[in-house]
Amino acid sequence: MTMTRLTDLTIAAARDGLKKGEFSARELTQAHIDAMAKHRDLNAYITETPDLALTQADAADAALKAGDAGAMAGIPIGMKDLFCTEGVLTTAASHILDGFKPQYESTVSANLKKAGAVTLGKTNLDEFAMGSSNETSYYGPVKNPWKRTGDTTDLVPGGSSGGSAAAVSGRLAMAATGTDTGGSIRQPAAFTGIVGLKPTYGRCSRWGVVAFASSLDQAGPMTRTVRDAAIMLGAMAGFDPKDSTSANIPVPDFEAALSGDVRGLKVGIPAEYRPEGLNAEIDAVWQKGIQMLKDAGATPVDISLPHTKYALPTYYIVAPAECSSNLARYDGVRFGLRVTEGVRSLDDMYMKTRGEGFGKEVRRRILIGTYALSAGYYDAYYLKAQKVRALIAQDFRKAFEVCDVILTPTAPSAAFELGAEIDDPITMYLNDVFTVPTSLAGLPGLSLPVDLSAEGLPLGLQLIGRPFDEETVLRVGDVMEKAAGFTAKPAIVEA
Amino acid sequence: MSLDNTTVRNIAFLARIDVPEAELPQLADQLSAILGFVEQLGEVDTTGVDPMTSVTDMALRWRDDVVTDGGIQQKVLANAPDAIEGFFTVPKVVE
Repeated sequence: MTMTRLTDLTIAAARDGLKKGEFSARELTQAHIDAMAKHRDLNAYITETPDLALTQADAADAALKAGDAGAMAGIPIGMKDLFCTEGVLTTAASHILDGFKPQYESTVSANLKKAGAVTLGKTNLDEFAMGSSNETSYYGPVKNPWKRTGDTTDLVPGGSSGGSAAAVSGRLAMAATGTDTGGSIRQPAAFTGIVGLKPTYGRCSRWGVVAFASSLDQAGPMTRTVRDAAIMLGAMAGFDPKDSTSANIPVPDFEAALSGDVRGLKVGIPAEYRPEGLNAEIDAVWQKGIQMLKDAGATPVDISLPHTKYALPTYYIVAPAECSSNLARYDGVRFGLRVTEGVRSLDDMYMKTRGEGFGKEVRRRILIGTYALSAGYYDAYYLKAQKVRALIAQDFRKAFEVCDVILTPTAPSAAFELGAEIDDPITMYLNDVFTVPTSLAGLPGLSLPVDLSAEGLPLGLQLIGRPFDEETVLRVGDVMEKAAGFTAKPAIVEA
Repeated sequence: MSLDNTTVRNIAFLARIDVPEAELPQLADQLSAILGFVEQLGEVDTTGVDPMTSVTDMALRWRDDVVTDGGIQQKVLANAPDAIEGFFTVPKVVE
C-alpha cells in the first residue's frame, strides 16, 4: 500500500487493492463514512446510512474472500436521492415526499447492489432534479468543495446532481449515481472537476427513479476518472422489462473499450456551440481539447447543428409538460406530505398539500407544463416543441454521417456563487445550453475535467456520441483525460 | 405571451396548487418571461415535420396481458398518510 489515502483511490485502484487484500471493504467504507461526517457542512447527503454501508461492506469482504465478488464489490458510493431505495427515506429533495420509504428498490440501485457496491447514503439534489445549482433542494443548498483561489466565497456545485458531484469531488464517496434530464450529470461534473456520463436514453432503466421528464430522464455514473465511469456504467446498465423504454441490447464491456487509440477518428466541432459572447476561458479550454485529440491522431471536422439555439426553448416546453403530468401523482393520499389544516374538500386537500409541498421552481415548471398542455395551447406549444425536437435529433444524425464523436464545452461558465442566479429562471436555464441538445436527441454525453480557470476552478469538456455508442465516448474521454493530466483537487481534500 | 393574475390563478387550479394571492404578480411575470423565451420556436419552419414520439427509434414492446404481481396490500399502503382497514382515505366528498 502506498501513501494514497483510501478516500483518494479510484474505483479501479480500490478494486485491485481489495482483490490483493491490501485493505478490506470495511476499512474502505469506514474511511468514507469518516469523511462524510467530517464534511457535513457541504450538505452533500440528505440521508447517511453508515450502518447499512458497513453491513454491505462486510458482505463484500465475504464475497471477495469467496472469490465471487461483483464488479463494484466493496466500492463505497453515494446514491442520488431520486432513486427509490427499499426501506430507506427517499425524498427527491422535496417537502412533498416527507417520510417516504419505498417498499421497493430501483433497478439501477438494485443492479449496483448486486454488483457489490456499498451505499453510503442518499445525496442531495435540486428538488425533483429541477435546477442547475442544487439550490432548489428542500434540504438546503449543497456547497461546492472547490473555491476560487484565495477566496472563501461558497460556490454552487451545479445541479441537479449537486450532492453526488460534491461528494465525489470532495472524497466523501468514491463514485455516485446521477440522473440527467437536461444536463444534471454533466454540468455538476464540470463544476466540481469530475467525470459524469449521461448514457444513451434507454441504456439504464428508469424503473424506480422518481420521474421528472420521462422522455429525457437517464441515470448515469459520476466518478473521478473515465475508467471508473466505464466500470460503474457497466454495473448500472442493462435491459429491464419494467421500463417500457429500456433498450433490449447487450451491455458491452465498457472498460475494454478504453484502448487508448483514437487515430483516424473524426471529431465533430459544431460551429453553433461558439455563440457570440462565449466566455474566453471556455473557448480556450475547448481549443486545448481539440489540440489534444489532434496530437493523439484524431481529425477535427467542422460540423453544423443548425437548430442548437432552439434546444433550450424546446426543452422548456417538453420537460415542464412531462413534469406536470408526472408530478400529478403527489396528491397527499398515497404517500408523502398531507396537509389537513383548514381543509374542507378533496380539492382543497390537493391544493393545500401541493401548494405547501412543492418549492418555487417545481411549481413554476408544473404551471408552465399545465399551461402548455391545456386545451387550445397544446398544438402551439407541445406539438411545436416535439417537431423542433425532431429537427434537433436530425441535426445530430446528419453530423454523425461525417464524424464519430462531437466535442463541445460542457457549461458556459465555471461554478458560480450561491444565490447568484436563483431569482432569474432563464439565466439559470442557460447553464444547460450545451447539454440540453444531447438530452433532447437521447444521445450519450460525457463531461470530463480538462483545465482550471484563472480563478482556480475546474472547467469541463463534453463528448457526444452516436446512440448506444458510449464505448467511443469513453475511449476518446480516456485519451483526453491522459492528455489533460487534470490532477487538481479541492482544497478541503488537500488539507 | 403575457399571463395575467387571473390566468395564473386558473392554471394553478388546473394543476391543483394553492398559490397565495400575494405571489401571483411575481409568478405571472416569471411565467410570462419563460413563455416569451420559448416563443422563438415560432421562427422554426416545421412544415411537414413529424413530432418526435420515440427518443431512440424503438418500437414499444408488447407483453403478455397477465397479472405478474399482487397480494402486497401492506406494501401499497405502507406510506399512506392515513389508511384505514386496508383503504386509503380522503376528506369527506359527499355531504
